[in-house]
Amino acid sequence: MSDVIEQGTKASATVPVADRVVPYALLAELTHRCPLQCPYCSNPLELERSSNEIQTEDWLRVIDQAAEMGILHIHFSGGEPTVRKDLEVLVEHAGRVGLYSNLITSAVLLTRDRLERLRDMGLDHVQVSFQGTTPDIADRVAGFAGHKKKLQAARWVRELDMPLTVNAVMHRQNLHQLPDMIDMAVALDAERLEVAQVQYYGWALRNRAAFLPTREQLDEATGQVEEARSQHKGVLVIDYVVPDYYARRPKSCMGGWGRQFLNITPSGKVLPCHAAESIAGLQFDSVKDKPLAWIWEESASFNLYRGTGWMPEPCRSCDRREIDWGGCRCQAFALTGDAANTDPACELSPHRDVLEMPLKESNAAAPDFIYRRIGA
Amino acid sequence: MSKRFIVSAESTPKLPRHAKLRFDKARDKWIILAPERVFELDHVAYEVISRCDGGRSVEQVIDSLCEKFDQVGREVIMTDVTNMLQDLADKGFVVT
Repeated sequence: MSDVIEQGTKASATVPVADRVVPYALLAELTHRCPLQCPYCSNPLELERSSNEIQTEDWLRVIDQAAEMGILHIHFSGGEPTVRKDLEVLVEHAGRVGLYSNLITSAVLLTRDRLERLRDMGLDHVQVSFQGTTPDIADRVAGFAGHKKKLQAARWVRELDMPLTVNAVMHRQNLHQLPDMIDMAVALDAERLEVAQVQYYGWALRNRAAFLPTREQLDEATGQVEEARSQHKGVLVIDYVVPDYYARRPKSCMGGWGRQFLNITPSGKVLPCHAAESIAGLQFDSVKDKPLAWIWEESASFNLYRGTGWMPEPCRSCDRREIDWGGCRCQAFALTGDAANTDPACELSPHRDVLEMPLKESNAAAPDFIYRRIGA
Repeated sequence: MSKRFIVSAESTPKLPRHAKLRFDKARDKWIILAPERVFELDHVAYEVISRCDGGRSVEQVIDSLCEKFDQVGREVIMTDVTNMLQDLADKGFVVT
């Protein structure tokens, strides 16, 4: 999840470093419950049980605090956010305080009536995930026969005149369907297509050898995206996320730790990114104990990797240190054991060789999936 | 299925349903909110966008801007406004 912030009259303008950092977006993970079992799920390996979920009044308070802080976007996510019966109440409240609301859903539990109700409560946008373009692949990846229902729900979104994003999670087992996925998004009359190649944290890291494409697959996909962008200019916006194992420089993860984005887990913990709990030893404050603004500005976890002061070499003296912010802390931890290291997705990282094995695996036969399940 | 919107003098641009123009108190500037995007408007962009109400044509928007900024030549304003609106249309921030 990375909001694109564009400025002025030209799109190429970069975001200047402000004196006071105001977050742009809040990812509200209402629950970890989900009927799908995608082996690349972005939820942590330790899934939160429903009995630990914070209550409606907690979320209402958080939404007020978020708007007060200057947050602009709220993404209702999960797990599957539609399992929460109070979703309508939260959507309505977000609209009332001026937040732009987005529903990030698998869509398999939606009815047309509920979508209509959510729209009438002020829901601004719907993002439906797809695991492929055909049921054989999509349902096998999701561990759930939901592909046809997703298509149906996406059509309802447009029938109800709501804007639609198709979120296509792509990897070595479905990347050959990318041209069909682009056609599918156009046929569904989506405003936006997110071609999100799997990122390797948590569940996806466990399943990396089953997902990481080869360099050749990736290059072919990149060419197809570029072609589609020019073909569908002004009709379909395509956002493209590549697996950074093939990058020369790391991604600007979350636009920098504690700079633009915060995530609230089902139990109320506030994280600088949705994978941050994978970093051992970090403590995160909860909205049950502290105001959101305090956590953003003062908490130890948000200040730990904020800015550039924590950086080691080669980041510290790098002229890109305020462009990519050292890459991803979670990836640095997962691959090197220390979150303060330069992300190995950077060619300059002294740990770059940790990527050799996974890149080799991408050319070997894909192993079976380890599906996302409680206690898997 | 929609088609690309090509900006002309007669077209009547407006924000699409999914984009919202509002003043952002925390950052002290006008913004357009769209899915996963924030477009921060500078002074010029705001003057243009705030006139795009779906009723006025691009020509009328330019007329109105020429009145307000009478020291700037009409040619310059016309080129800037057309380029800016086309750029915004291609990003999905403006429709006809």
